[in-house]
Amino acid sequence: MRFLLFVLKRLGRLLLTVLLISTIVFFVIRVIPGDPALVIAGVDASKEDLAAIRAKLGTDRPIGAQYLSWLTAVARFDFGKSLSTGQPVTRMIFERFPLTLTLALLGLAISIVLAIPLGILSAVRRWSVWDYLGMVFSQVGMAVPSFWLGILLLLLFAVKIRLFPLFGSGSIRHLVLPAVSLGFARAAVLLRLTRASMVEELSREYIVTARAKGLTERMVKYRHALKNAMLPLVTMAGIQLGYMLGGAVIIEQVFSLPGLGRLFLTGVYQRDFSLIQGGIVFIALVFSLINFAVDILYSALNPKIRMG
Amino acid sequence: MAETTNGALLDVRDLAVEFDSRGGTPARALRGIDLSIARGEIRGLVGESGSGKTVTSTCVMGLLPTPPARITAGEVLFKGRNLLALSAEERRRVRGREIAMVFQEPSRYLNPAFRIGTQITEMLELHLGMRKAEAFTRATELARLVGLGGERKVLASYPHELSGGMKQRAMIAMAICCNPSLLIADEPTTALDVTLQLQILRLILRLRESFGMGILFISHDLRLVRIVADSVSVIYAGKIIESAPREELFRSPLHPYTRLLLLSIPAARNRGARLRVIPGRVPDAQAVPAGCAFHPRCPLAEELCTRVMPESREHGLGHAAGGHAIACHFVEKKWPD
Amino acid sequence: MAGLIEIRDMSKRHYQRGLLSRAQGGVLAVDRVSFSIEKGSVFGLVGESGCGKTTLARALLFLDPPTSGEVLFDGTRLGGLSLRELRERRRRMQIVFQDPNSALDPKMRVRDSMEEGLRNLRVPKLERERRVRKLLELVGIPSEHASGYPHEFSGGQKQRIVVARALTMDPEFLVLDEPVSNLDVSIQAQIVNLLLDLKQELSLTYLFISHDLHLVAFLSDGIGVMYQGRLVELAPTGEIMARPVHPYTLKLFASVPGVAEGAYSAEGASGAEGASGAEGAYSAEGAGPAPGKDSPAARGCPYFASCARGDLACTRVEPRLIDIGGGHMVACIKEIASADADLAHSLEGGKR
Repeated sequence: MRFLLFVLKRLGRLLLTVLLISTIVFFVIRVIPGDPALVIAGVDASKEDLAAIRAKLGTDRPIGAQYLSWLTAVARFDFGKSLSTGQPVTRMIFERFPLTLTLALLGLAISIVLAIPLGILSAVRRWSVWDYLGMVFSQVGMAVPSFWLGILLLLLFAVKIRLFPLFGSGSIRHLVLPAVSLGFARAAVLLRLTRASMVEELSREYIVTARAKGLTERMVKYRHALKNAMLPLVTMAGIQLGYMLGGAVIIEQVFSLPGLGRLFLTGVYQRDFSLIQGGIVFIALVFSLINFAVDILYSALNPKIRMG
Repeated sequence: MAETTNGALLDVRDLAVEFDSRGGTPARALRGIDLSIARGEIRGLVGESGSGKTVTSTCVMGLLPTPPARITAGEVLFKGRNLLALSAEERRRVRGREIAMVFQEPSRYLNPAFRIGTQITEMLELHLGMRKAEAFTRATELARLVGLGGERKVLASYPHELSGGMKQRAMIAMAICCNPSLLIADEPTTALDVTLQLQILRLILRLRESFGMGILFISHDLRLVRIVADSVSVIYAGKIIESAPREELFRSPLHPYTRLLLLSIPAARNRGARLRVIPGRVPDAQAVPAGCAFHPRCPLAEELCTRVMPESREHGLGHAAGGHAIACHFVEKKWPD
Repeated sequence: MAGLIEIRDMSKRHYQRGLLSRAQGGVLAVDRVSFSIEKGSVFGLVGESGCGKTTLARALLFLDPPTSGEVLFDGTRLGGLSLRELRERRRRMQIVFQDPNSALDPKMRVRDSMEEGLRNLRVPKLERERRVRKLLELVGIPSEHASGYPHEFSGGQKQRIVVARALTMDPEFLVLDEPVSNLDVSIQAQIVNLLLDLKQELSLTYLFISHDLHLVAFLSDGIGVMYQGRLVELAPTGEIMARPVHPYTLKLFASVPGVAEGAYSAEGASGAEGASGAEGAYSAEGAGPAPGKDSPAARGCPYFASCARGDLACTRVEPRLIDIGGGHMVACIKEIASADADLAHSLEGGKR
């Protein structure tokens, strides 16, 4: 019962965040000095063009009415039509979202698979070969920009060795290299956190008790310490997913993937207002959902937090 | 020292432990500890912080991290076997199963991510090979035994859901679940409220009655030790300086440190007077004074004390059940009071 | 007789975070406590964790002001003062906490920690340094060490520094909240002796809070026992140690080894009392006040659930502190009845 209340509270927070972001988006655009229509059409647009654009945007109405219709649009998830392509913004977003999401999830999966086992091993066998390996890996990972890695991988595995396709989308194979470039850098951070978290848990008093109980070292490390060490990792993984979604933009460029990042980038270049607005709110929503999921997962794992 | 051979459950002989410190003199945490506990005996180990009580218990348990610690001498005989000569795996099997430990702060020493019941049953499954259902039944019995009511609710709880007193009882349940012959209780009541202290002490006494286990009761609080112990050893700077049956220690303490310690405890009847104080501090393990470690603070100290470390000797006639041993050159000397 | 410190009907309500909790009324950490402390005496407050003693100490000093009731320092109501006036009074009331590690800023040198308060008062540099030197010597820290950092000192030394720091403000009243609990027995004795000496030399008044009953009994002229925010018993030390009355007090005393063993007789107690001139040193306010607006009327006794003597009447009547003779106050409807009988007996016997 308490857990339900907790979930509801978090849900409320989520909705509040989206509302806030929507409001900010709305006002930022209208508060910037200058006429948005002018921004869109360019300085030497004709009066008729400007009027047409204004009508399209609805900026010729009183601000209260605009805000209200904006909020209703957000609630119905209808951001109007793209100014450049004429297609409904929402549809454009949803067409491309699956690709970006898959990429991000793959990137996260790779990140986790790389980082966590190595991180645990580093902590458990400190100052051993594995630990040094892990440290080197994390240093390199943090220094290497993901797009550079992406290009390198392309050169190596798509050009030289022809293992993976050069560009395009359509199958998982197209996503492997991008996911690796994406996941590699983030893995570095996750590895350090895993190591630190495990080391900290292993130094706690309850580990002494576990050993005093005569438990095997295995049980002590991989049952008692690990369960507690996982908690901060869950939060971090959630944050990582957010990064992946963001970082996907660059990777999409490098690998010519028709994802969300490219869409919004193009929209910004073309000053496609509706698209930009819709994009921001969408991203805000996705991030909030991720945070929400992380919160719930965290509280499921950490008995102390369950009571909200 | 008390008779050490027959019937002795635990017999620590001349145990010496050093800790390496980076680029400095090693810290001599234990400088030759002699301690024995018979089956069913509760021995109190009293000392201030830094005296070596915890190192002693950790060493007996086999939990000393061997770098940086080094056992430089001595034996730890448990039921006749020298624990120090055993392999790591053999020692592990002794831990929890035959020698168990209860710690000071249950909130830190219990794993917050597991339910109490699980923390008990995992031991039963590991050491006694019990199956889940059997282990659970036994855990329920144990919970009732230690005063946790035996309801399923407690076993299903997480540590943070229990009060301090209940957590400590849970730790005790965990410690005794495999019926160990020796229980080490390291300041088990220090973190608890006063009214709970007595309850836990009574519980410990009851357990000794029911199971006949030997208990090493470590504390800095002499008054608590007086309630629960059969015999007491006083530790100072890594050495046992006095050891006697309980009442004898409290009624006629012989070593200057023990006497001063007892005098420095406030009691309402002394209201208005100043407390008797031991000047100076407990020496750092890296800088233990030569000769008798207590000599810089001792009102009876003479030149001999600065050179020669006194051996522990039987004082007086001693009884059959355990004599009064003391390590001091000038036991008989008159006090300058 | 007006004391240096007078607390009248003081309550402190704690609200948990969140809008919902505020509506529910929060928790009464200190519940209508009244007592006073005579100048030059030591008042001991005992109770277990969560009974509200630390909250009371903080409320008394207005660090976390009480939600109702009054605190009078040297006759002046602290509640009615302006911020400036309050600060002036506060200078004369200082506090020493349990953990010297958290009381001293590890990044500040000892002398800077000590000079801080004086600097705020715009005391000139030379005078500051002189005072710091003098106080460090007073507590037994060689003044050469003043330039050191806290981590260079032992636990006992740190606690002395904390005491010295409290004294830089030249206070008249010192609240000591578990000042020796973290220290070893032999160090405790040193600090306790120091406190006794300081009290003598500087004419201080102490409120001594501790869970160590022996220590409190040793130091205090009068003792108050707290349970769940309320004062359940209040008496001169000798009196309460020889004749504890409230069921909770009895339970507390029974749990502490060496207290209930009859080591305290009326004679022995009054002997010690005479020596320190403690007879009238602490005084109690009159009969407890009627339930205030904060509390629902007649909630009954908070100890009822754990009490060996409680019955239905205890859940209906709000026990208030009643004087049962010799300044001995008890808040228990059962014990007062029997104590009355005892008192009658002893009066007849001419004992007092």
